[in-house]
Amino acid sequence: MSGANAAPGDRGRTDPAAEYEPVIGLEIHVQLKTRTKMFCGCEVSFGDPPNTHTCPTCLGLPGALPVVNQRAVQFGVMIGLAFDCDIAERSLFHRKNYFYPDNPKAYQISQYDIPLCRAGRLGDVRIHRVHLEEDAAKLNHLGQSGRIHGAERSWVDFNRCGTPLVEIVTEPDIRSAEQAREWLTGLRETLRQIGVSDVDMSQGSLRCDANVSVRPVGSHELGTKTELKNMNSFRFLQQGIQAEIERQIGLLRAGQQVVQETLHFDPRSGSLTPLRSKEEAHDYRYFPEPDLVPLLVTPELRAAAREELPAELPLDRAVRFEHELGLSPRRARELAFRAELADYFERALAAGREADGSLEPVELANWIPQLVERIGSDADPNHSRVSPRSLAALALMVRAREVSRDAAREVLARLVHEGGDPREIVQREGLGAIAAEEDGLGELVERAIAADPDAAAQVREGNMRAIGPLVGYVMRESRGRADGREVTRLIRERLGAA
Amino acid sequence: MSELLELSGAAAAAAVRAGALDPRELFSAYRERAAADELNAFTWVADGPPATPPHPDAPLAGIPVAVKDLFCTAGVPSQAGSRILEGYRPPYTATVVARLEEAGAPLLGKTNQDEFAMGSSNENSAFGPVLNPWDRTRVPGGSSGGSAAAVAAGLAPWAIGTDTGGSIRQPAALCGIVGLKPTYGACSRYGMIAFASSLDQAGPLTRDVTDAALLLRHMVGRDRRDSTSLDLPGPIPLPTSEDLNGVRLGVPEELTGSAGGVEPGVRERFEAALRLAEGLGATVETCRLPHAPHALSAYYLIAPAEASANLARFDGVRYGLRVDGDAGLIAMYERTRGAGFGPEVKRRIMLGTYALSSGYYDAYYGTAQKVRTKIAEDFREVFGSFDLIVTPTSPWTAFELGAKTADPLAMYLNDFCTVPMSLAGIPAISIPCGLSEGLPVGLQLAGPAFSEPRLLEAAFALERAIGFDGSPPRRAQAAATGGER
Repeated sequence: MSGANAAPGDRGRTDPAAEYEPVIGLEIHVQLKTRTKMFCGCEVSFGDPPNTHTCPTCLGLPGALPVVNQRAVQFGVMIGLAFDCDIAERSLFHRKNYFYPDNPKAYQISQYDIPLCRAGRLGDVRIHRVHLEEDAAKLNHLGQSGRIHGAERSWVDFNRCGTPLVEIVTEPDIRSAEQAREWLTGLRETLRQIGVSDVDMSQGSLRCDANVSVRPVGSHELGTKTELKNMNSFRFLQQGIQAEIERQIGLLRAGQQVVQETLHFDPRSGSLTPLRSKEEAHDYRYFPEPDLVPLLVTPELRAAAREELPAELPLDRAVRFEHELGLSPRRARELAFRAELADYFERALAAGREADGSLEPVELANWIPQLVERIGSDADPNHSRVSPRSLAALALMVRAREVSRDAAREVLARLVHEGGDPREIVQREGLGAIAAEEDGLGELVERAIAADPDAAAQVREGNMRAIGPLVGYVMRESRGRADGREVTRLIRERLGAA
Repeated sequence: MSELLELSGAAAAAAVRAGALDPRELFSAYRERAAADELNAFTWVADGPPATPPHPDAPLAGIPVAVKDLFCTAGVPSQAGSRILEGYRPPYTATVVARLEEAGAPLLGKTNQDEFAMGSSNENSAFGPVLNPWDRTRVPGGSSGGSAAAVAAGLAPWAIGTDTGGSIRQPAALCGIVGLKPTYGACSRYGMIAFASSLDQAGPLTRDVTDAALLLRHMVGRDRRDSTSLDLPGPIPLPTSEDLNGVRLGVPEELTGSAGGVEPGVRERFEAALRLAEGLGATVETCRLPHAPHALSAYYLIAPAEASANLARFDGVRYGLRVDGDAGLIAMYERTRGAGFGPEVKRRIMLGTYALSSGYYDAYYGTAQKVRTKIAEDFREVFGSFDLIVTPTSPWTAFELGAKTADPLAMYLNDFCTVPMSLAGIPAISIPCGLSEGLPVGLQLAGPAFSEPRLLEAAFALERAIGFDGSPPRRAQAAATGGER
């Protein structure tokens, strides 16, 4: 199927117009999972009653001063190390000045020309910079608009104010809406696994804006970009970028120009509306924050950050699963992006290979989603009754055709409930594969042929599609224990259609 | 009763410890005086001494302290002299005030000041001007004018203020008392309503140098709530020096020559003090601070730039004045700030906003920071061959109310001799060095960072030699009779 036939919003098909190439950069804000706020001792919270975690500093009261949260700095350094960034031994905080009720000092303490981290990479996208800053308060508006303009009344909840944030800015290395979504998933899992954030878009601990432009394929110049805001889920991110790419290409094709502006994505309508230019026309008047001294990253802090990182990051692990173990890219990410699954898988693989060197990683890996489905998608298999050794044993039995795939699923169900040794369960429950004629398979096949003479006649005449009901009969009668391949062989043999 | 009020802070504390003085009685006596203040020095006066008497071993022994309105004091009005903080009572107390309270100096009252510490005459206050106790037709200096006038008139045993470009030293000079601006970072700024964060410092305003040392001792020290605060190398000793043997005093040509416009009467007292210093064994020589003449220009970019950000939080949303309207958020901001800030504050917010604006930052703020670095280097060089620098504190004595309000630039020149030390972050003290036409003249001593003990020793020796006739009864009388000439 070509892209031209894709329905609007169809995932991944970026462009009906192959002559244009999208160029996308992301700007990501991540709330850090520190115990306390960026510049004061108030607890970082979510969902607590409004204004219950505040103090003179995060309320911006006269005379209050900021003090840098060293844990947040360490998290920032960990992120920098995970992205292989250059980490500044000395960086600066600046004041970013603007008036808004969610910004009680009327400036945000952020970093400007000397950020904590620079020039890194995550997967196929280069990281421009990573810097530390503080979150704003949360505004709630009463009124139809749901926004401050036209609100009957507005409240400010300062619980969020001062929550530590890192801002991550990528280079414009992304070339499709789908890639943006995939890459952001990798970023989320990286940050989750290094333990610095909950990275939950629905709760706002991960927020992403996108800079989008398009250019003729083959061109190396950047087109005029627009900035997209408010894409508060992975799906909306992809939809928003896709819609913007299509809008820009439409403009260019019609001989019009893209105007540099900030657009607000409305997930309900899928539309992009420009933010009022007044809200945009900021001169932030950055200058070095005189209430803070330069931020120093000592070798000790750097070492502590390094120490706290996991031995292997999820993207690296996915690459290893794919290249060394032969897993599909999708399966590799599925496992690597949940550390507990990947750990379980690797433990099972080690146990299985110890028992029998012929265990195929791909086959074993295919059992993990089934296990997850049975224990519940949020559960950790390492804490289930199914030991990695048992799962590997089951996979090996399937491979050795000692148990059919269907019967193995039943064994797995029993393992999940009672634990134990799969071989024992197979024996106890009589779930072993019926793989030979003399084991009664021949008799079952004959009963199937007798039960459905029409199907048998069609197969005899060479219509192999008709074999399904016959195989189904055998499988049903054998409670799934029959070896499907052998059943097919025997039916064909009996009906002279081999 | 009035004898009680003649005692310096240190002497009163000693009397309390000797059992000769009840600190609650002292508090009541001062409270009564402060409440009857005719100089407009106080904006708020405590009802009475704190419910719990001071600990018997408390070093400041219950001797009350007057505190500039700029310091936040829990539950007590703290407006920084501004209408925009009308009715504001902070939920917390500034570190410096809390430290003094812990050391046994309860809050006597809050003192008037130029709005947000912007001014040199105390005429920029929402509470109206403070009068100089030496002559009630004249200004007390500023911005800590209320603290200076209160101490000079004997309405408080001692006081604290803040100094950004001279706001402790200049009013101390104009009121004939001692005022000390510590090394930047020596006192915590936590709870001090910010004017220019990289310059603001708290310090004592006292009747004599010993009191300044004693009060300062209990103000300084690193505060984990202020990242720019530091511990001094050691505790502040009470000064004892009787001479200046071997002390090398430098007189910077740039600050004492014709450029600063030093009045003849001031120059005379200053030079007389230098001769006294030589008599005490000091060497006095001219030195050079080549970039000091640019200090005021740099200061009037850096301080307003920082102020423009520091004062942006006063937007009517959460506390203080709010002027609502039906025209939405921006209009509320504009009306509130339009009504709440006085003209000098508005002027500096405009200046600072401009200096930080895109396209002008390098030319203004960037250049000013370079000048600041040069000035600090000048001082470092001078302190290679001199122990202390000495200048007049202010080019002139107390001027008449209204004399300079129409000309901001003339007003800014008040700080000609004090601003360079602020930019360099070094400590400086002003002591009275005599009268000129019946008005006090101040002498400024400045030393390298953290040289407070050395500075206090020299000031102490000079103070004794000068023998300034400004004892509390005289000052009290001056307050009562409207000044003497």
